[in-house]
Amino acid sequence: MATEINAQSTGATAVASKAVTVVLCGVGGQGTILAADILAKVAAASGMQVRLSEIHGMSQRGGSVITIVRFGTEVHSPVTDLGCADRIVSFEATEALRYLPYLNKNGGKLLVNSEEIKPLPVLIGFAEMPSNTVEYLQKHGATLIDSSAIAREVGNPKATNIVLMGALSKDLDFDEKTWEDVIAKRVPPKTVDSNIAAFHAGRDAVK
Amino acid sequence: MQVADTKKLLSGNEAVAQGAYEAGCLVGVGYPGTPSTETMESFAKYDGVYAEWAPNEKVAMEVAGGASMAGARCLVACKHVGVNVMADPLYTLAYTGVNGGLVLLAADDPGMFSSQNEQDTRFHALGARIPLLEPSNPAEARDFAKLAFDLSEEFDIPVIVRSTVRMSHTKTMVEIGERVEHDLKPYTKDPSKWVMMPAFAKKRRKVADQRVRDLMDWGSKSDIVRAEYRDKKIGIICAGVVYEHVREAMPDASVLKLGITYPLPKAAIASFADEVEELYVVEEASNYLSSQVAALGFTLNQTPNAIPPDDEISPEIIRHAFGADKPDFETFDGALPPRPPSLCAGCPHRLVFSELNRMGAIVTGDIGCYTLGALAPLSALDSCVCMGASLSMAHGVELARKFGSGVDEKFAKKPVVGVIGDSTFAHSGITSLLGTVYNHGDGILCILDNRTTAMTGQQGNPVNGITLQHRPSHELDIVKLCEAMDVEDVQRVDSQDLKAVREAFKHAREFDGLSVIVFCSPCQLLIRKKESPYVVSEDCRKCRSCINIGCPAMGADEEGRALINPTQCIGCGQCAQICPFDCIKSTAEG
Repeated sequence: MATEINAQSTGATAVASKAVTVVLCGVGGQGTILAADILAKVAAASGMQVRLSEIHGMSQRGGSVITIVRFGTEVHSPVTDLGCADRIVSFEATEALRYLPYLNKNGGKLLVNSEEIKPLPVLIGFAEMPSNTVEYLQKHGATLIDSSAIAREVGNPKATNIVLMGALSKDLDFDEKTWEDVIAKRVPPKTVDSNIAAFHAGRDAVK
Repeated sequence: MQVADTKKLLSGNEAVAQGAYEAGCLVGVGYPGTPSTETMESFAKYDGVYAEWAPNEKVAMEVAGGASMAGARCLVACKHVGVNVMADPLYTLAYTGVNGGLVLLAADDPGMFSSQNEQDTRFHALGARIPLLEPSNPAEARDFAKLAFDLSEEFDIPVIVRSTVRMSHTKTMVEIGERVEHDLKPYTKDPSKWVMMPAFAKKRRKVADQRVRDLMDWGSKSDIVRAEYRDKKIGIICAGVVYEHVREAMPDASVLKLGITYPLPKAAIASFADEVEELYVVEEASNYLSSQVAALGFTLNQTPNAIPPDDEISPEIIRHAFGADKPDFETFDGALPPRPPSLCAGCPHRLVFSELNRMGAIVTGDIGCYTLGALAPLSALDSCVCMGASLSMAHGVELARKFGSGVDEKFAKKPVVGVIGDSTFAHSGITSLLGTVYNHGDGILCILDNRTTAMTGQQGNPVNGITLQHRPSHELDIVKLCEAMDVEDVQRVDSQDLKAVREAFKHAREFDGLSVIVFCSPCQLLIRKKESPYVVSEDCRKCRSCINIGCPAMGADEEGRALINPTQCIGCGQCAQICPFDCIKSTAEG
């Protein structure tokens, strides 16, 4: 065959270092995909290999959604598994409970928008919201911020996703300037200032 | 560090379109379907290309067949089940071969994130004798798409590029290049190649078989088949995105990465099998690869733990298969409410399903947003099988009841209603309707015309008359079409008007014979109009009628009184029409 790679002869190690896995979850329509896109572009602009994996289709209509971003010096798989996510960013509090099993028990961190959105089965009385969501998440070391309220305060209620990226950025080793550049390029031109403000408000929220 | 401008963050679908563009592909034809849709949408945006939505995948493949015969390079894109629809032309185009390169992007859905089955397109490649390439990531998707056009012309055969949801919807940085223009290849009339009547087809069948042998040899020499030798104790044969999972899970294992999985490169597999101590196949949701490698005479080892035969796989599943423990994880100890997708606030389908539920009808459903009418509280559907099946299955239910013996009396009295969307009607419903009319069937057939192909993201279709590249078009008049078919009873009804919806159903049930109702009102995601929200008055009697139409903006307070979320409410007024006590008013009314 034309291509043969013989790693034994070169002594090359197979996968250089462990990739970082970020799970972004929430409710369809909350802007998880845009946030994931920004995170992926920041990682790529910082010289990392990147994999972003999203699921849409049936999940768009207000359903539970999950997007995965993985980056590092060498990344292969675009998906992750239970017990393997280094960060979970949940755009809604009950969804944090749903995707909690993905969190790596050894050092994984959970960042959560404290807002709770009732799904249709709850609205029609077929199911109930858990009564202890926030307490449970706090007990498990989650960082909770009211990103929806913060977004409203900076004058762009739709920027909840960018507030969360700001909060996440405090904990990742990327330049603040790179984030700003990517956000400015990726959001609608008229909303650049309010999105940059949302990003900084998110950073400040986890000081 | 700045990323060079020649690299872009692209999804697998966008990368296939980019590859086709660079390969000088002139004509793109497809039908939308998750996870394939963005392929044709992004191809259509390039300068110098022509792209269109076909009414269905069979038409798409035939259009591409014609364009290829005339010498153009063509791209067809659809989801896995679309390959079934186009199977007829596809299997015979494997006999005729091509003139201009013809490439099909077929996107499979292991895990069934948005599909009705988990079929594997590789079995179609095997059945049709059509070569199939499997890129593992978007960067390869662009490369393989380009290669596929060359391969198609070199071997005189359509080429399938198979994707899966984790290839189509994964984004990575992709190197992009310039387009190389291709003039039309000269056309010469050649009935022995293009007229597939038995005398010619018998000869072309032999050509097809020889081509498979040639492609087997090509694969073994090609650099898209790659043996990566590391520790030689474990050797894993894999393809597509599974290769990426294997590399992550088993970084020290030797891997034979197959960029072509039909026909299988036998010589390359043989030399890999010779080098490694234990030979495994790792694949997801299918036994295509393991069964075909075994059929070539290779003996495969079994992993200590089995890989599940269904659903998508992941690095952890592979690690576990080879004996590693699964990582520990935390689970919330309480009950979590499910969060399924639902019909949007203001969705024009809602009142129709609410009525069908009230009627206790047997409802044969179809593929689209309106499949969500199956979920509580609307719970209106009895079946959903494939594009167009609603109308034909309704006819089948009627036949069984009419000619069968021992029919349950309650079952016999229920109205039978087929429900189909506008794009799905154009796709496969027209022939189903014709079959019912021709065979003097009865029952009620509802066409939910929301002026768009909604579920896949508001594409144009022959009913709304919007084309992929916004060229002039025609809108199909469904009522006229039904009249031309000699349907005796056709009504056009505003689906946002509850009284009209109820009257239409009442009339249809009383009519002796086949009745068609065309419910017409645009998708809310299409018009994105937000009127003043509605509000529930203090007179609410807690009857829950409004809550039971399943609007995501409706709920109840702690005492059980209806409550409307003003940020979610778009002011459609469906709840106000449903309320039997006139307790819901628009805030605009003051």
